[in-house]
Amino acid sequence: MIVSWQAPASLALILFLLGLAALLARRNLVFVLMSVEIMLNAAGLLFIAAGMRWGTPDGQIMFIAVLNLAGAELAVGLILLLRLRGRLTTLDGDAAVLLRDSS
Amino acid sequence: MMRDIWLVPALPLAGAVLLGLLGGKIPARLAAVIGASSVGLAAALAIRIALLWFAAPPPGDAFLLPLWTWITLPKFSAVVGLLIDPVSLVLILVISVIGFFIHLFSAEYMEGENGYARYFAYLNLFVASMLLLVLANDLLVMFVGWEGVGVCSYLLVGFWFEEENNGEAAQKSFIVTRVADIAMLIGILILALRFGTLDISTVLHGAVSAWPPGSFWPAVVAGLLLVGGLGKSAQVPLQTWLPDAMAGPTPVSALIHAATMVTAGVYLVVRLHVLFLLAPAVLHGIALGAALTVLLAACAGLVQSDIKRVLAYSTMGQIGYMFLGLGVGAWGAAMFHLASHAIFKALLFLSSGAVSMRLHHEQNIFAMGGLRTKLPLAFAAFLVGALCLAAVPVVGCGFFSKEFLLGAVWAQNPLLWGVGILGAFLTGVYIFRAVFTVFFGASVDVSGAYGVRVILPLTVLALAALGFGWLQTPDFLGGANIFSNVLAPALGGAATDASWPVALIGMAAPLAGIGLAYALHQNGFWRRQGAASPGLFVRFLQGGMGFDALYRAIFVKPFLWTVRVLKDDPVDQVFQLLQRAAVGLHKRLREEQNGKLRRYAGWMMAGSLATILAVVFS
Repeated sequence: MIVSWQAPASLALILFLLGLAALLARRNLVFVLMSVEIMLNAAGLLFIAAGMRWGTPDGQIMFIAVLNLAGAELAVGLILLLRLRGRLTTLDGDAAVLLRDSS
Repeated sequence: MMRDIWLVPALPLAGAVLLGLLGGKIPARLAAVIGASSVGLAAALAIRIALLWFAAPPPGDAFLLPLWTWITLPKFSAVVGLLIDPVSLVLILVISVIGFFIHLFSAEYMEGENGYARYFAYLNLFVASMLLLVLANDLLVMFVGWEGVGVCSYLLVGFWFEEENNGEAAQKSFIVTRVADIAMLIGILILALRFGTLDISTVLHGAVSAWPPGSFWPAVVAGLLLVGGLGKSAQVPLQTWLPDAMAGPTPVSALIHAATMVTAGVYLVVRLHVLFLLAPAVLHGIALGAALTVLLAACAGLVQSDIKRVLAYSTMGQIGYMFLGLGVGAWGAAMFHLASHAIFKALLFLSSGAVSMRLHHEQNIFAMGGLRTKLPLAFAAFLVGALCLAAVPVVGCGFFSKEFLLGAVWAQNPLLWGVGILGAFLTGVYIFRAVFTVFFGASVDVSGAYGVRVILPLTVLALAALGFGWLQTPDFLGGANIFSNVLAPALGGAATDASWPVALIGMAAPLAGIGLAYALHQNGFWRRQGAASPGLFVRFLQGGMGFDALYRAIFVKPFLWTVRVLKDDPVDQVFQLLQRAAVGLHKRLREEQNGKLRRYAGWMMAGSLATILAVVFS
């Protein structure tokens, strides 16, 4: 069966909004990272849908690039997470306000 | 010997510097010795120079000692020099000799006060400035002395600066005379621009050859210089500082009123009389203002209860007489009255100081009484001074000088003479009101005795006041004119004597005034006046006829209002508005930087959405 490009594009939108909702709603930084991954994957899906629409492999190439990027970002993000947990003994993102001046 | 004239102002100046530098470190006794001896030496030198002068006057009856060149510019130069001529000779004698006795008196009067050395430093500087003022050959140098006198009066009036009122009185005397001095400075600058020098004789010769009498410029210049003189000499309309200047110690009042400061205006007009002759309108103005001053001072003197304020208003009136003489061109008569007034006013102030010394510095005449027997010396001295001030015939120098002066006024303008006679009558009333109230009637307790430093000045000044007048007598009393002969080379010959009836009225007026004062003393009117709370009119007179209130309303209030407005810099407020807006915005935006990750993400999304929408719909 031939799937129209609108379907994966719509799925990408739904995924992105889900990721965004999770990002805004969750305080646990692990879940924040996960929601960021979901948003990145939504963007990757949109690339593939765009490749379908114009009939080129560019979209799939960009998706591979996004996956690499996501992997690298996740590594940095997890390290930051570990350092933060070591310093604050919590994974609550709202507790990480040490740079804010007191007023 | 004449060349030593520079020592006359230099000695008191050196005394002032010495006392100013060493003041706190030397014992009080030494400070008094330095203060009095520097002026005493200057007085001795002045007397020696005067004796030499009278023995053999130098050619041209003037001696100029150039000292150094002060300013040399392409179109202007000023040479500092000292000029002795009959006018300045008479004045340095008056200033240094009377100044010396006041120093001597002060040494005892101020004993035990804080700032004893500081007091003598100021006093010496005062005398030095005044000597420089009268000896200056150049208007610029004279202005230095003129301002020095102003500064010293400020320092001495505010000598007891711990009390706020005294500081205010000092400021008032300083500011009022300063306002007058600005006018004088403008006049001097006009002369400098016109003639390229301020050397007095050059300027006067230049003025006579450049300006016809009655033309515009001499009137402007003479008028401006006159304003400066009126301010220093406390004449209407710049007289308001003088009664307040009584806040200083009594010997200071004696110095201000007798030897220094208030006579400077008279001296200025006499010194520049050639210029004033070119401006007849200004001379008429002088005479008119002087007549007003005489009446105002006499009326205000009638209702004062502070003995020093009585004397202050009497000074204002007597200087008014001098200006009356100047207004009709009787320079010599004005100078004679200046010298005689200096003697008897110093005597009056010192004796009133001697009285209040014994009464714990009481100055209210109604708190005194019957002191005639308790303080015979002070009584005798004050009585002699009062007789001179009232111009009682033949007794004191005041009679001769006032007779001389009013005779000259009569010859010019009988109306002004009438004002002068009325003033003489009122003078007799108010000064003997003080005499009867203080020295007669029920007596108060006093204690203590006077030292030699009080006895000597009072005695010498009293004798001088009795004898000085015989230098210049009316025709029917010998017709001596030693004084006017001395001044003749500088100021021209003596005025003609007044006729018999005129002289008779002049003699009768003060006697009538004294009689009235005695009658009112006998029926207790003065005491009742002192006890009663003053009515509206009396308070009006006591305040010097509302000039203070008038000036407060016209000048002081608006000025203070302006100061209050400008204090916060209204122009700056506009720029402060910008600053406040920036600070407010900053506070609002800073709240957004709260470190909350999820808020940031939300805002980022909102911003992205807004950008996309803007791109799509534009």
